[in-house]
Order: sequence, then C-alpha cells, then structure tokens
Amino acid sequence: MLEFSILLPAILNGLTIGAIYALIALGLTLIYGVLHIINFAHGSLLMLALYGVFFLHSLFGIDPYLALPVAAAALFGIGYGLQRFIIGRASHGKDENILLVTLGLSVIIENLALYLWRSDTRTIETPYSFEVLDFGVAFIPVPKAVAFVGALLVAALLWLLMTRTDLGRAIRALAKERQGAKLVGINAEHIFAMSFGIGCACLGIAACLLLPSFYVSPQVGHAFVLVAFTVVVLGGMGSFVGALLGGLIIGVTESLGGLFLGESLGQLGIFLIFIIVLLFRPTGLLGQKA
Amino acid sequence: MIKTPRVSRRHFLAGTAATAGLAGFPAILKAQPRTIKVGVLHPVTGPIAPSGQQCRLGAKLAIDTINANGGIASMGGAKLEPIYADAQSRPEVGAAEVEKLNEAGVSAIIGPFASGIALATTQAAAKHNIPHIVDVGVVDQVVSRGLTNTFRFGPGLSKIVDSAMENLVALNNQAGKPAKTVMIVHEESAFGAGMAKTLNEKLPALGFEVLETIPHANPTRDFNNIALKIKGRNPDLLIPSNYYNEFVLLARTLRQQKIRPKAIYSILGGAASQYRFVQEFPDAAEFIMDCNHWFDPRNPVALELKKKVEAEKAFFSYEVFLNYECVRLLADALERAKSSDRAAVNHALASSGWSNTFMPYGPTKFVNGQNEGAAPVNTQILQKDIKVIFPKDFANAKPVFPAPKA
Repeated sequence: MLEFSILLPAILNGLTIGAIYALIALGLTLIYGVLHIINFAHGSLLMLALYGVFFLHSLFGIDPYLALPVAAAALFGIGYGLQRFIIGRASHGKDENILLVTLGLSVIIENLALYLWRSDTRTIETPYSFEVLDFGVAFIPVPKAVAFVGALLVAALLWLLMTRTDLGRAIRALAKERQGAKLVGINAEHIFAMSFGIGCACLGIAACLLLPSFYVSPQVGHAFVLVAFTVVVLGGMGSFVGALLGGLIIGVTESLGGLFLGESLGQLGIFLIFIIVLLFRPTGLLGQKA
Repeated sequence: MIKTPRVSRRHFLAGTAATAGLAGFPAILKAQPRTIKVGVLHPVTGPIAPSGQQCRLGAKLAIDTINANGGIASMGGAKLEPIYADAQSRPEVGAAEVEKLNEAGVSAIIGPFASGIALATTQAAAKHNIPHIVDVGVVDQVVSRGLTNTFRFGPGLSKIVDSAMENLVALNNQAGKPAKTVMIVHEESAFGAGMAKTLNEKLPALGFEVLETIPHANPTRDFNNIALKIKGRNPDLLIPSNYYNEFVLLARTLRQQKIRPKAIYSILGGAASQYRFVQEFPDAAEFIMDCNHWFDPRNPVALELKKKVEAEKAFFSYEVFLNYECVRLLADALERAKSSDRAAVNHALASSGWSNTFMPYGPTKFVNGQNEGAAPVNTQILQKDIKVIFPKDFANAKPVFPAPKA
C-alpha cells in the first residue's frame, strides 16, 4: 500500500487542491486581518461565483479561464458593495453584530440560490476537463495543474499589491492602527470596502480555477468554508504566507487521509490539525502574537 | 328580529331553469365520460429531483397516450386525470402529499421512485385504502409489510442481486474464469452500504475474493484517491454502487488515470444504464456492465416510446419507462374493475395478469404486493449504445468480457 507510485500522486493531488484552499483562505484572512470580520458568508459568495462562472459557460459558451477577469471584477464589486452598504452600516462598530450580519447574509444567499437554481449538482464540460499531464510517476489532470499555478500566481500578485502599492500600504496601516490611519487621511470606509472586495475577488478567481474539475450546488460553499477557516487558523490569522502554507499542508493532509483512512474519513486529519493548533499554538504557524 | 329568507324573482327563475334542465336531459349528463383521478407522486425537487422529473415525464406520456386512445373503454371512455404531487426528496413530505391526494379523491397513486419515500407513502396510502403502484423503490421492505394496497411493478433488491450474481458467474465461466478478485466502491447511505454488505456475503461463496470495500460520501468531489487505491490493488472486477454524479465522476477518473479492470460490473448502477452518460462521456462509459431495470429492446412499443421521449429532448431512462408501464398496468386494472372505486381497483390489481408490457417480464402476478413476473436484465455499453447481454431471450448483443486493455 505504501508504494511510491501511489503516495506521490496522492501528495501531488493534495497540493493542487491545497492551492485552491489557500486561495480561498487568502480572501478570508485578508478580510479578517483588516476588518477583524469573521466572514461567514465567504462560502456562499464562493458558491455565487461558481454559479456565475457556470452560467457564463452554459449560456454564453465562455470558457471558465477566459471568464476569470469578469468573475474577479464582479465579485470585487459585490464584495465592495456588501461591506460599504450592508455589513459596514449594520455593524454599528460592534464585531458581534458583523458576525451575525455575515451569517445572515450566507443564509439569505444560499436559500436564494436554492430557490432560483434548485439543489441539483451541476458541472460543466470543457475540452480539457479530463486531459492529463503525464509526469511519468503520476497523471495530473490539466484543470488541477492550472488551478495550482493560478492560485500561486494570484497569491504572489496579492503579496505585491500589499507590499508595493499605496492601496496595500493603506490596508496594512488600517489593519495595524485604525485611529492613526484615519488621522493621516486614509478613507477608512473606502479601504475597508476595498479589502472586502479584494477578498471576494479571490473567490471569483478560485471559482474559475475550480469549476472545470468540480461542481456547483447551493450547498457547495460548506465544503470549503470550514476548510478555509482551518487554513487561516493554521497559518495564523491575517498572515498571507501562512494562508498559502496552511492551504498546501491541509490539501496534502486531506489527500493522504483519504488514501489511508478512506474517503469518508479523509477530512478527519484536517480537524485534528485544527484542534491541535488551537491547543498548542493558537497564533498559528506564522501569526503574530496578539 | 327574524329575517325571513327571500326568494327573488331572478333566483326563482334561475332555480327552476336549472331543475328543468336536469330533469329534461338526464341522458346527456350520464353519457358524459367521467374522469378518473390518478395521483402522480415523485420527488421533483430536492437532491433526487432529476430522477423524479424523469418519472413524472413517463407517467404523463402514458396518461396522454391512454386518453388520446379513448380512455378507459369499460367505463364509457373515462379519461385519466393526473394530479401531480411533489415529495421534495423527503419521506415525510411524500406522506403528507398522500393526504392531499386523498382529499383530492384519487383512485390510485403511482410513484414515488425512492425506497425511503416509498416506505412512507405506501403506508400513508394504506390508511385510506388507496391503491399504490410502486414504480422503482427496490428495497425489500417496501412489499414485506403486509400492505394490501401496495403493488410493486419492478423487481426488488434481492431479486436483482440474485440475478446479477447468477449472470456474473455465467459471464465469468463463459470467458474461462478470468475474474477472481473484486473491489467494491459504494456510497455510504442505505442503498450503497446495504448493497456492499450483501455483496460481501455473496461473492466469496461464488468463488470471488473481495480485496477491499471502499465507502464514499455523497457528494464526493474527487475520486483520485479511490482511483489510486484501485490501481494499487489491481482487482479483476470493480463493482460500483452509487448515484449518478458519483458514478460518472468515478468512471471518468478511472479513464483519466488509465485504469481499466477486466470489467466494471455495477448493480443498479447510478449511470451505467443511462443514455445521458453514454452520450456525454462515451469514452468513460464504454464496456461498463450493469444489472438494472431495462426494456425489451425488440419490442416495437418500447422503441416508439423511446423516439417520442427523445423528441421531447429527454433521455429514455428506466424512470421514464417504468412509470409509463405502471400507468398502463393501472389502466388495465381499471378496465377490468369497471369502476374507479379504490377497493375495486385494489382487487383488480391483486388479480392482475397483465402481459402486454414492453418490459422483459412475464405476466404480472402479485404475491404480497410484489410482481413475481418482474426481472432485471444485464446491459453493457458497447459502441456508444446500451445493449442487453443477459438473459439470452432478450439479448441484442454478446458481452465483451474481459474488456480490452486501456
């Protein structure tokens, strides 16, 4: 059972799904790091993005990879609007309010999807859906390889954005010291909404990378949101490199767990990690002490 | 103050006219063919909606055809009036819908596809003595509870598994016993887990070694790990037992990872005898075998219906043709009962000997509610078509076993 020819493909497979987890977690950690919002609607927004990509493909024949800029922009817009006009206003400056608002949003979005599109599981068919890259030791499906590279690229871009641009500096300033940032003239409302928007744009990109090898249903977000929270906790709340590393670790854990414990128990390892990290290193691998 | 009821001139006139009308032309009213209400109950929303919608299509087509051909002749050409109900993929909703159908005055109910829902709806219908024809609902308990209103047209699970095992042994012996080892991949709800348990009991006695039994959740997002396990174990036979989406994903992943056992042999396979799967993923589907509900491929009525269904841009699946035939079975019972009375219809169904079906069945004979004439067949996907390979009387192709190497 412990043959190299099986173990290696399982690890590679885990890395590819891990990259997607990382991308979703990046959005989550950005929103948390800046706004201190635990965004429960993250999974529902991913589901919306997946439906968007699905309908672009099935109604207009737009390839999911070509839909990437559209999906990213649309999700950015939705995220910006949500924070600026709903979450920000409803919070009245209290974190526990925000928690309930995002939870409420997720319930509304999911049930709306259930009403509009029913609970059928839908997939799309692309010419490359079941193409594989032959690495000699393992066959890696093309969509997964693309997703892996794409997720890493987006992570790199996000890192550049945060370190090299005025927007990034403003976001980081607000995250570190709200009062001070406002004093030097940073438009806090706008930057908060920008952060939320960018976090959601990550979901739009994740949806495009995910759909060729995945499916969409109104409940699809659940599968990802818990894993994304685990990734964020493992990597350290608010840490970008941590989210990336955490995503890859969780992906491999899930894949190997599935191989050894059976597919039904595969996610056991993820939640074991979640508990162990909370017990022994609550700040996560790369998180800063509060 | 007491108000005396007043009869206005207008009311009086209208009343007399109506009475005169009734008294004057009683014959015309009598000759007007009545309609017979039939409850068509399926899960047309919720997780198993795709199957439920196919079921409803089959029942609708049959009712339309019967009505177009003059309705029930022995009842003066009475038309069938379908009353559609939705079980929402949930047993308790199914039972509640039966109450509504009872209020609506149905003479019989046809449905409800899933075993779990059938257990609830047959029991609810029994309270009102409504005849309930079960279309699919294969779990054995559906007909083992002594309900005198329940009639399952298709074969039950035990019968299907027995036939599947018998045919598997015959297939293997014919080819010189190339298959010795088996792996089972099943979904973990009642259907898949029950099937896996039964197979683990039966296969060793028939000379097959079960290497491993792998359960998976619904839905499963990725079959790569399971595929890798299959690759590592390298079984001669793979027996999958899962619903449509997972079946398709597993078959496609095996194809992608270039894994091809000597046979993929499914029993009530989620996609293995579905034209949709064959049409959408012909490469992944080729050579897959299945023991399932299927029509007699040489029956002209079945082939005509297939064309009709395809003209409606739907797939001719077992949900469609089983429901079509259940309606025809009911029509036969109504014809003989000459009444839409529930007790009379129950009696007519219980004594049914209908042999006009396009299913590969003997004449219907209900014993404890199970049609003893019903039987499954074995199919194989060959050259982008679904062919019958067993039993010989209905076969229209020879099995390809073992499958050529990938």
